[in-house]
Amino acid sequence: MADEPKEQQPSGMPAGDKPASSAAPASTPPAKPAVASPPGAAPPKPAAPPPPKPPVQLQTPLNNELVGRVRAKFGGALVEAIEDRKQAILAVERGRLAEIALYLRDEEKFDLLSDLTAVDWPKREKRFDVVLNLYSFAKNERLRVKAHAGDGEEVPSVAGVWPTANWLEREAFDMFGIVFAGHPNLARILLPDEWQGYPLRKDYDIIEQDTGWVKENLGIESGQ
Amino acid sequence: MGPQHPSTHGVLRVKLKLDGERVIGSECMIGYLHRGVEKIAEHRSYQQFAPYVDRMDYVAAVSNGLGYCEAIEKLLMVEAPPRARVIRTILTELQRIASHLLWLGTHALDIGALTPLFYCFREREEILKIFEKYCGARLTTHAFRIGGLQYEAYDTLEKDVERFCKAFESRIGDYEELLTQNRIWLGRTKGVGILKAADAIAIGATGPVLRASGVKWDIRKAMPYAAYDQYKFEIPVGTTGDTYDRYLVRMEEMRQSRLICLQAIENIPAGPIMAKVGKVLKPPPGEVYHAIEAPKGELGYYVISDGTVQPYRVRIRPPSFVNLQAFDQMARGHLVADVVAIIGTLDIVLGEVDR
Repeated sequence: MADEPKEQQPSGMPAGDKPASSAAPASTPPAKPAVASPPGAAPPKPAAPPPPKPPVQLQTPLNNELVGRVRAKFGGALVEAIEDRKQAILAVERGRLAEIALYLRDEEKFDLLSDLTAVDWPKREKRFDVVLNLYSFAKNERLRVKAHAGDGEEVPSVAGVWPTANWLEREAFDMFGIVFAGHPNLARILLPDEWQGYPLRKDYDIIEQDTGWVKENLGIESGQ
Repeated sequence: MGPQHPSTHGVLRVKLKLDGERVIGSECMIGYLHRGVEKIAEHRSYQQFAPYVDRMDYVAAVSNGLGYCEAIEKLLMVEAPPRARVIRTILTELQRIASHLLWLGTHALDIGALTPLFYCFREREEILKIFEKYCGARLTTHAFRIGGLQYEAYDTLEKDVERFCKAFESRIGDYEELLTQNRIWLGRTKGVGILKAADAIAIGATGPVLRASGVKWDIRKAMPYAAYDQYKFEIPVGTTGDTYDRYLVRMEEMRQSRLICLQAIENIPAGPIMAKVGKVLKPPPGEVYHAIEAPKGELGYYVISDGTVQPYRVRIRPPSFVNLQAFDQMARGHLVADVVAIIGTLDIVLGEVDR
């Protein structure tokens, strides 16, 4: 029941849609008429054509005043500053995350920690990204801060900077097994305390579960 | 308390540390409804995952869908056509009213006022009927698609919305008559669960909870999405940040949503309802964070694409989860009976807390 709006298949030229998609091992619907755009004489369209064919560089280096100030203050601790789809991203040295967070809160007025989460990149040397999404009421701006962490490496907690981080770090610990140093109560939050494994890691299969726990507590072989 | 206590609106278990009847500490035990939505997202295509988001905050499915669709649109760098954006705005504002009505009815019921529940459900039913006419579903609507809308607005949509909005003004008056000056209501809500502005920001509270503490911040104004930049509306704020203020803020928000709907139906632009997006969505590698003002607060989607048909990571920033964290400091020093009022006033939905 995917999209099947009133659109005819335009015979003739595929309106600029990726021909590559037919070659891709897509597990989704057959990709041969991969054209979903309305035929030729489409009504006026404000936006630019969606799939930019030539590999556009979306992640560009960012060098604004904020980056300049952070670099001046922390030097090499600012590993990278890029912009992706007009959103600013700073990658910082893991060990100085809490310090930089405090600076961003007090000096740069990023007083709201919208979100804290993690991403697993198992092929990388340091597999985890801890990602903070900040917001500044004064500037009406968002900023994303990342720190890389290898398996088993501790990340300084920012719960002392933004109390919000308390639960958010617990969730990241629960799902990824990332340890936040200095966290007031780093326990699992969504899963049971005794659960084994960290479900949002990429090597944790979608149907995997802690069978021992399920058997013992639910009295069944499998929750699936 | 809980997890099956009727006032916990789902399955929330609260460990309370008491001194007689007074709360001196608390701990929220959550996760009973955890389904691993973020994990599921990594194993579905972009479109396949869209219905799942409806099942997080299941009393505001339309808002969830809007946030998700817009986040993926940002990732794809497409924009929904103007007509789709206006229809989305109308439905999302109706959803906000419906969500607030459900909150009002159950919150009042928890505190002991039985009547508002019936009134609220009567009006909410009207909204759900509009949803049903539009997309066939009432609760988990899956109303929007990535790139726009699947369904054209049905013929009498504007009339239905107008009829509802016209009648709704006096209906809000009815609720206010029952509660706003009611001495029992005042006694149970005034000064209960105070959250000061600085504390609210520190704990990350958003939405009506933050605004009732006096912070005038609404993502619809601060970073407009959908078609909100075209409409005039006010952001109601409170002063003390107590349960009564949160009540007043949400009541006023319903009025403002009603005004937005009325403005929007005046002029729904003609044109297509779907942007040019392929059937197979492969956003260029990269990441995006997109947040909307859901009825309960900031609902954010942080999506990473690796260029394949499935998202590499979808992080959902749920307003309920973060707002619930404020519970402990709001409940300290109050009576056990007030705990019920404080859970109610936070307006949490456990499906979203646990995901």
